[in-house]
Amino acid sequence: MIKTKTGKAAHERALRLFAMEHGMKKKKLSTLLVGMLLLLWLAPSAWAADSTDLQEIRRQIEEMKKDYESRIHELEARLQKAEEAAGQTPTSTPAPTSTASNGNTADNKNTNTASAAEVVPVAAGAPASTNAFNPDISLILSGTYAHLSQNPNGYQITGFMPGGDIGTGPRSFNLGESELGISANIDPWFYGAFNLSFDSENNASIEEAFLQTTALPAGVKIKAGRFYSGVGYLNEQHSHTWDFVDSPLVYQAFLGSQFHNDGAQLKWLLPTDQFIELGMEAGLGNSFPATDNNSNGVGVFTAFAHTGGDVGDSNSWRAGVSYLHADPQNRTYEAANVANSMVDNAFSGASDLFIGDFVWKWAPNGNGERTNFKLQGEYFYRREAGDLAYDTSGLDHTGNYLSRQSGWYLQGVYQFMPAWRVGLRYDQLYGGTVHYGDNQAYLAPTNYDPHRATLMFDWSPSEFSRIRLQFAQDRSRQNLTDYQVYLQYQMSLGAHGAHIF
Amino acid sequence: MKKTLLILTVVLGCCALFFPSAQAAIKVVACEPEWGALTQELAGDKAKVYVATTALQDPHHIQAKPSLLAAVRTADMLVCTGAELEIGWLPILLRQSGNPAIQPGKPGYFEAAEFVRKLEVPTRLDRADGDVHPSGNPHIQTDPRNFAVIAEALSQRLSEIDPANAADYKARYADFLSRWKTAMARWEKAAAPLRGAAIVVQHKGFPYLEQWLGLNEVATLEPKPGVEPTSGHLSEVLEQLQRQPAKMIVRAAYNDGRSSEWLSERAKIPVVVLPFTVGGDDQAKDLFGLFDDTIALLLKANS
Repeated sequence: MIKTKTGKAAHERALRLFAMEHGMKKKKLSTLLVGMLLLLWLAPSAWAADSTDLQEIRRQIEEMKKDYESRIHELEARLQKAEEAAGQTPTSTPAPTSTASNGNTADNKNTNTASAAEVVPVAAGAPASTNAFNPDISLILSGTYAHLSQNPNGYQITGFMPGGDIGTGPRSFNLGESELGISANIDPWFYGAFNLSFDSENNASIEEAFLQTTALPAGVKIKAGRFYSGVGYLNEQHSHTWDFVDSPLVYQAFLGSQFHNDGAQLKWLLPTDQFIELGMEAGLGNSFPATDNNSNGVGVFTAFAHTGGDVGDSNSWRAGVSYLHADPQNRTYEAANVANSMVDNAFSGASDLFIGDFVWKWAPNGNGERTNFKLQGEYFYRREAGDLAYDTSGLDHTGNYLSRQSGWYLQGVYQFMPAWRVGLRYDQLYGGTVHYGDNQAYLAPTNYDPHRATLMFDWSPSEFSRIRLQFAQDRSRQNLTDYQVYLQYQMSLGAHGAHIF
Repeated sequence: MKKTLLILTVVLGCCALFFPSAQAAIKVVACEPEWGALTQELAGDKAKVYVATTALQDPHHIQAKPSLLAAVRTADMLVCTGAELEIGWLPILLRQSGNPAIQPGKPGYFEAAEFVRKLEVPTRLDRADGDVHPSGNPHIQTDPRNFAVIAEALSQRLSEIDPANAADYKARYADFLSRWKTAMARWEKAAAPLRGAAIVVQHKGFPYLEQWLGLNEVATLEPKPGVEPTSGHLSEVLEQLQRQPAKMIVRAAYNDGRSSEWLSERAKIPVVVLPFTVGGDDQAKDLFGLFDDTIALLLKANS
């Protein structure tokens, strides 16, 4: 019953739509249709008269009928499609605007309620689809061509314990990271997201897989699972949203490019006019600078605070401070000893990292369509203290270890005309002080401050595609100056990307 | 370590208790200026309205900036266009705000486009067609008849959220509606000469205005919705205009003016910069001013 009613209702509405398009009332349309039908019925008897005029009229009516029928069908199809689309969000059933051009509100009210009565059975009668609740799916395609003057294999930043996923990337043509993202509300209480990344060697890795509460009151949110930590500014952002091909040196040196972790996050957005957000995380510590210690406790702990606001219509900013504490056990790495041969070492102890970050965005009147500018910088300071096991696969000599190291980057990206941007970044690391204690016979601190300068141009014909050219003079390795040229594409398919700040 | 965690949790918990969210006037965040103005008409001093964007900003391309997050965090109600206009930024604000009252499906979440019939609903969805909106064209605020429908729904919603002032909302709605009806009759009478006028638009932002006033859109400067005008496409439009002249080029206040100026010079037709929403120019101070000015500007260009 519902079905036939649905069909009828749809037909009715198609007729009304049709009438609207032709600026006539429904009554007028039905009169016209009845008149046409009457003429058609009368036509055969008139045929007897054998008048060429009548034949012509009949032909014209036939044409009109065909024309109108096809247009009604078209409208019915369009209406059905629209209703199917609306069926996914039952609340968004369209209500008609007034058909009367004088905007009579009594009319408005009538058509409104009338249509609501009609629309309800349509929505209810829509075919049950198991696909209707499919989550948002997005796919990022990226690829690079790299020309590097120095051998990228065995890349290490001089004086900094390597960890995580760092380096310049391989030479020549390379498939970058392809990223599949799936996200949706789970129920009235939770939101879930999943990000799978595939590298060019066909390895899949879970970048993020988390749930987040949506119904907790008072600005409190809890996230659990695997996620990018909220420390710093850039850490939470996926690589395809970066303004440069690679991550800043401080991120590579202190966080192994990007810190993600299996754990839980508590965030609280204060109910103040000024944006203030506090957060903390506890986790297993399965990524650099932490290690998975096979213990029941917390392997890594972070705390952060962000604030921000606007200055007039044209400027907005955000600044923050973050802290990360980890207790890595046997964090192994490979390094050159005083005899310049490579040995395996392991660090156990406490790692404390402090980050200060800020970003400033400018666009005339807050409209960045033509020009806009973004200035961003972060400062990192890390203290690591504990024991260092030298040459774990040979001598295995343990001694005290203490390091105090820091670094920063500053970058500016300017959109000088629609779709075109230019960016400049400077990276600086300070080798700081490193004490090897009893191991100082084997390992020597370097007196070197790695740095890098990067220039980038990109072109984004739409917000879903970007092509980038990047030049860098990379002096992160002592006595090696790497001249780098990258050409990169980044494409975004599927669900609309988020305009993060 | 554990102690630090415990202390922080307690501190955060205590702080949360010390900030009661009870407000005298309800706090409304309007995504676009037109909904801010409408809410103000319907709620008066019963609502404190924060407008997230200005008329000089493209509502498609807003970022979830800190000031907006802070505003959404304490809002009792959100009044937005919907129809995927704010798809790039509103979902992040909603998710990060930690404010359950304004989540989709709750009374505090109001999408104006739900209540009007959308035009230009695409029959196929493909990004090769540009930045198309699956629900139809979201720029519903260019037809005053839509405001009459939306005002009724919004007024009811305000009463639902703030029942104590329901009578006041009702009275304000009735008052607004009578003033709006009078104004609409005035606008329609004044705009009669515009019926059938051929116009070129920069962005497909005016189908509702065109339907209301019977304007005839013959070309767009953007080759595809949301794609910047290219010189090749502009030359094509110019060529088309030589065969099929138009009266004017229409753009919104937030659109970049260069392509329309370029075409205006060559096609020898004026550019009309419509306020597009409240605050788009000095005259469009409120909703009435918005349409007074829109009609006046169109008439001037048409003469």
